[in-house]
Amino acid sequence: MANTSVVYDSLVKIVGKDFVSDRREERYFYARDGGLMPPHEPDFVVMPRTTEDVQEIVKLANREKVPIVPIGAGLALTGLVIPQRGGIVLDMKRMDRILEVNERARYVVVEAGVTQGALKNYLQRHYPNLRHSIPDAPPVATVVANAVIHGQGRLSQQHGFNSDMVSGLEVVLPTGEVCRIGSCSVSSYWFSKGAPLPDLSGLFLGWFGTTGVITKLGLKLYPCKKMRDVMVFLADKAELVPDIMLRLSHTEMVEDAVVSAAPLPLRFRGTFWVMAYITGDSDEELEFKRKMVWDALWEHFENRDVGFLSVPPDMKAPLMSMPSKDTTRFADVSKGGGFQYAGPITPIEKFPAFHRKLEEVAAKYNVFYASTTRLIGAGHCMMFSFSFSFNRANPDEMARAKKALDECSRFSLEEGGVLWKADVDEQKLLMNKMDPNTLALIRKIKQLLDPNGIMNPGNWEVP
Amino acid sequence: MPKYVSQVHRCFRCGYCKFPSDYSSFNCPSYRRFRFDSYSTGGRLWLIYAWIKGELEWSDHLGEILYTCTTCKNCVEQCPMKFAPDIVDWIVEARSDVVEKGKIPERVSRFFEAVYNYGNPFKQLRSSRAAWANGAKRYARGDEFLLYVGCLGSYDENGQKMARSLVHILNASRISFGILGAEEECCGNEVYMLGEMGLFQNIAEKNIRKFTGLGVTKIITLCPHGYNVMKNIYPTMGARFEVYHYTQVLSDLLEQNKLIPLPAKAKVTYQDPCFLGRYNNVYDEPRQILQCIPGVKLVEMERTRKDAFCCGGGSGNFVTDLLAGSPDNPARVRVREAYETGANTLAVACPGCLTMLTDAAKAENLDGKLDVKDISQVVRDS
Repeated sequence: MANTSVVYDSLVKIVGKDFVSDRREERYFYARDGGLMPPHEPDFVVMPRTTEDVQEIVKLANREKVPIVPIGAGLALTGLVIPQRGGIVLDMKRMDRILEVNERARYVVVEAGVTQGALKNYLQRHYPNLRHSIPDAPPVATVVANAVIHGQGRLSQQHGFNSDMVSGLEVVLPTGEVCRIGSCSVSSYWFSKGAPLPDLSGLFLGWFGTTGVITKLGLKLYPCKKMRDVMVFLADKAELVPDIMLRLSHTEMVEDAVVSAAPLPLRFRGTFWVMAYITGDSDEELEFKRKMVWDALWEHFENRDVGFLSVPPDMKAPLMSMPSKDTTRFADVSKGGGFQYAGPITPIEKFPAFHRKLEEVAAKYNVFYASTTRLIGAGHCMMFSFSFSFNRANPDEMARAKKALDECSRFSLEEGGVLWKADVDEQKLLMNKMDPNTLALIRKIKQLLDPNGIMNPGNWEVP
Repeated sequence: MPKYVSQVHRCFRCGYCKFPSDYSSFNCPSYRRFRFDSYSTGGRLWLIYAWIKGELEWSDHLGEILYTCTTCKNCVEQCPMKFAPDIVDWIVEARSDVVEKGKIPERVSRFFEAVYNYGNPFKQLRSSRAAWANGAKRYARGDEFLLYVGCLGSYDENGQKMARSLVHILNASRISFGILGAEEECCGNEVYMLGEMGLFQNIAEKNIRKFTGLGVTKIITLCPHGYNVMKNIYPTMGARFEVYHYTQVLSDLLEQNKLIPLPAKAKVTYQDPCFLGRYNNVYDEPRQILQCIPGVKLVEMERTRKDAFCCGGGSGNFVTDLLAGSPDNPARVRVREAYETGANTLAVACPGCLTMLTDAAKAENLDGKLDVKDISQVVRDS
């Protein structure tokens, strides 16, 4: 058991007293997130400013065997940054510098606290012909945390998970060494996280901070066209959605493809909104892409299985906004400040079964639902969200929402899906189903990198 | 039961409240200053809910968190939820409960005591309230306007300069007006925002009675805080006055050619006061005044109008100063931003902003590089 006053004093020496708290209020807030996982308080909340600060803090934690949990904005909603064993929560948001944009190699290097909103603004202002894959999380979500949980964004249909777009890392290992990953380990350029070297980024992406603290990240940028539009198609048969999505993807003209469904407003109940986003540098380019999308779905139009929704400007604006505030607004549907979603990654063909399950579970547990599905890669998989809102002042509704989520997660696994940003219980479900040799490999890697088990303990803990 | 008790749990802590609308930087003054999430609006609301539920005991630190909110309404502008318009009301209601339970921070307590005993938060004598006035005419029945100067205009050195400038301009424009002099008392806006509803009611009723008794029908306020409370809260207590901020009056005078500024040479940027801008949607008139001055070039800061960054002085912080003590204090952040525009003058329209930003410019060693001036001073000096 570490001497807490020694740890506190040491932390103050590293970052200054303004940026260390062991007070009840900070410990309360950082003990929980907006989802349904039970809280657990840290002993300290610390805000480093530099990689050197992080290095000193990690060395201290390793020496004193104090758990350490790096946090961005804490928006995963599955409790991934709840300090299950207390210790130090490392709030990274003071490390907020955008360090470099290489316009011609199309990448940016950011510190770990840079928010999605700040990066979006910076690129719009200084590099209007470049963009990154913006997730629909609120803008305070950090670029690094989104990559660490394998987030998706507006460019995921074309380029895969946002973590696939990482082009380099700087990591403080659990034993205190600062390590560069990717091209930046041998060069001043941050254009690749792996190839042609051994790809070590997999030791950190998807590990939820259990193998080190990412302090800098390179991220690939993509062309930002001058114009953008959304085409909204309506379908009332879940069985048709996979085919619609594949046809859209086949055009290679669609930037982003999303399907949403919700029971309200009533006029849209039972209707799937298929949104195809297109971009262009000219009217001609945009019109050409519109035509390609129409042609791709024409057979369904002729069969009257799909309709086109002419979207008025006031309805189009929220669909076009990045990030989408509507995603966040779902938290207030129950007038209670909470929602959580299970978001399995799964083949597109599972859409009808998943949607049926969503409706069944929502009815069974009497909870309000919504669903957003995003195509990832060129149709290689999708993220299907089983989203349930709940009222934080209604413990019974919270319990029902949690049961609904748990049932959806188990169902997703049975159907061949893989749980995204799995909470600690879901991680156990995944590990129970995992190939034993894979599991053993995870254990070996973890023991090698983090011999004292200080990094976000409770997560990815192989039994 | 106050509304906040049944509503405050609706915050999802999504963090939109921290930003301006373009997400370029953090726009919540207390979050920008302290950086722990507990000091953001979401953090504050979650902690208030924890306190209501009994999961958190009251503490000095919780009091500090609650009272470092400047009620600047950035969160109201940015929160995507339907309850957004109510957020500041919830914070004020929570403070009101805290006041009733006698748990307020010491500095806030001293603020209330001073207003209660002296009619101003500076513990200055009532009799010296008009010491700034230099012979300004007292309000008499039949005057078109009452010029309500407010506590900062009456006692603060910067505010007094501002008040004298305005009186000079109004006199030169032959406006029929008068001041209350030593009869004037605190407007109560800060007392309201800090949650002392008993004291506020007393102040407001007294002011309404006094103004009505004097036959006042139109009021010009020097300070946006006074403008806000007289325009939006006094009417709920029966007041029937037309209330103008002085920039609205000067803008009209310029439009009617009753005020003709002389040429000046200055590159000016403008700080939107929260209680003029976000609270009352007055964004254009101050800019119109500055643009009417020949030779003045108006340049905007990155965060402007509804996205303007608060100076940190709201909710009595121009006295309690709970956000001080760091280069990250909002006023210092703001003067750096103003200086980055290349302006040599930072124009304000609020004595609170004037004193906060003047002090900040000194702390940032911008003396001689960035003059902080009220708009009336810019006009008068032209």
